[in-house]
Parts: sequence; structure tokens; C-alpha cells
Amino acid sequence: MHWNSVGEFFAMGGYALYVWGSFGACLVLMVAEPLLAKRRLNEVRKNLIRERLADELDHPSGTS
Amino acid sequence: MRQSIIHWFKFASPQGFYPLAGRMIPWFWAAAAIFGISGLWISFFVAPTDAQQGEGYRIIFIHVPASWMSMFIYLVMAFWAALGLALNTRVSGMMAQALAPTGALMAALSLWTGAFWGKPMWGAWWVWDARLTSELILFFLYLGFMALQAAIDDPRRADKAGAILALVGVVNIPIIYFSVKWWNTLHQGSTINLNKAPSMAQTMLWGMLLMALAFWMYSIAVALTRVRAIILERERHTEWVKHALE
Repeated sequence: MHWNSVGEFFAMGGYALYVWGSFGACLVLMVAEPLLAKRRLNEVRKNLIRERLADELDHPSGTS
Repeated sequence: MRQSIIHWFKFASPQGFYPLAGRMIPWFWAAAAIFGISGLWISFFVAPTDAQQGEGYRIIFIHVPASWMSMFIYLVMAFWAALGLALNTRVSGMMAQALAPTGALMAALSLWTGAFWGKPMWGAWWVWDARLTSELILFFLYLGFMALQAAIDDPRRADKAGAILALVGVVNIPIIYFSVKWWNTLHQGSTINLNKAPSMAQTMLWGMLLMALAFWMYSIAVALTRVRAIILERERHTEWVKHALE
């Protein structure tokens, strides 16, 4: 461990903008992408379940 | 023997692959978290300050893994595309389509972190250097692949068109990789060389490798999530999808 204080850690030896600008962008994108992928999956699941329910209402079991 | 072959082919079909992917995703997330946390710990608290670049060099711990993944995902995507083109297997095209956005994200991160590293070290956010330019082309190849697939309604035709684009674009990968050797560039040479011992401190190397593994696990987890969505979107009129959802 070579940081003497929290402030020193965040200052990154004067490279704060560059180091945190890189790690920050990485964090934002790598949090957003899985959430978007997950939402896409949930969305299509929800639609399919809704379609099936509508289908069952149109054709109650046994009559289709 | 025969039994085991049948067993494996089951996972090559969308209805076999969909639940398998669902079971694998949490494991890849767990692995990504373990590698990521240990990699970040080494990146910030164990790896020493660089003699020339001070603390600014720490960008390497995401820049190199993102760049590797951007190239590697492209190769995997092209592999699936080629397989789909040759064997007409349904899952192949879906895999290629699922990988493209993650590859584009890695290429974007590589360019972004590269710019944030270039500015303090070279004095410029961007230079039209062989390495940087070929990586930018890679980013555009991903975007082109996604745009082309989105523009064609019939998914099987979209797969074919996308596969051809992906395969033509493969030439760019060795160009990126060897660009620092073939041309006189501002970009530094490869960080890890198979022929000689790495020139960097052991702890830096470990941090980078752990971060690369984390990026790898992340990419697999997110691509599997996306491929599940694509499977359901494309197979929604089939019987098995109706039974697969509760």
C-alpha cells in the first residue's frame, strides 16, 4: 500500500482526470450494458407471456 | 459414445441452449466479480508506481484488457458467423449477433481509455497512428455489422449478410495486432510478448491478467444474456418457447 491518505489516492499523483476518466467510463458502460441486455430479455419474456395469456383467453383450453 | 454426441448436439439447438445459458450466467457473473475485485485491488493498491509514467500508467489495467477483448470478441463473432454460413445452424447467427454490441463496447472503451492515456503521455487525445486508426476501424466494423443486421428484416438473410461483413473484416485483426511492428508508431509495443519475458513488474502483469479474466467473464455473461433475448425474439412462434416460459 503506497497511498498515505484517501485524498492522495483520489489525486492519483496528478493524473486524476485521466485515471478516473478511464475507470469511470469503464464502470458506467459495464454497468449499463448488462442492465440493457437484461431489460431486453425481460421485455421479450413479458410480451410472450402476455401473448400466451391472450391466446388462452381467445381459445379456452379444449376448444382450440 | 453415441449417447454423448446426442447430448452435446442438444445444446446446439435454441431450445437446448436457452436454459443452459440461463444456468451458466450466474457463474460467469460470480467469476467476473472475483477476478474484477482482485484485479482492481492489485491495480490500485499492490502494483507499484511506474518510474516513468507515475500513477497515470494505471489506465493500463483496463486499456489492455478492453483492447484484447475487442479483438478477441471479433474473432469469436466471425467464427460463429462462418459456422452459421457453412452449416446453417440457427444458434450461430444468434451468437454472432449477441456478441457484436459487447465487442463494440470493448472497442469504444479501448479508444476512450487510450485517449485518456495518450493525452497526459503524448500530449494528444488522438493521433492518426496505425494502431489507433485500425482500432477505430474495428469499432466501425462492429457498428456496421449491427446496422446491417438491423436493416434486414429476415433474420436468416441478416445473418448471412452480417457473416460476410464479419469475415471480410477479419483482415483488420492482424493489422491491429501487428501495427506496432509493421509501422513506426507512437503507440508503444505489445505489453506481453510470447517470445520474451515481460518487461513489466510481476504485480503489474498479474493485475492486468486478472482484469483481462474479469473482462472475459463479463463478456461471456452479458453475451449469454443477450443471446437468450435473441433466441426468444426469433423463436417466439415455436411450441417450445410457449412451454419454456412460466
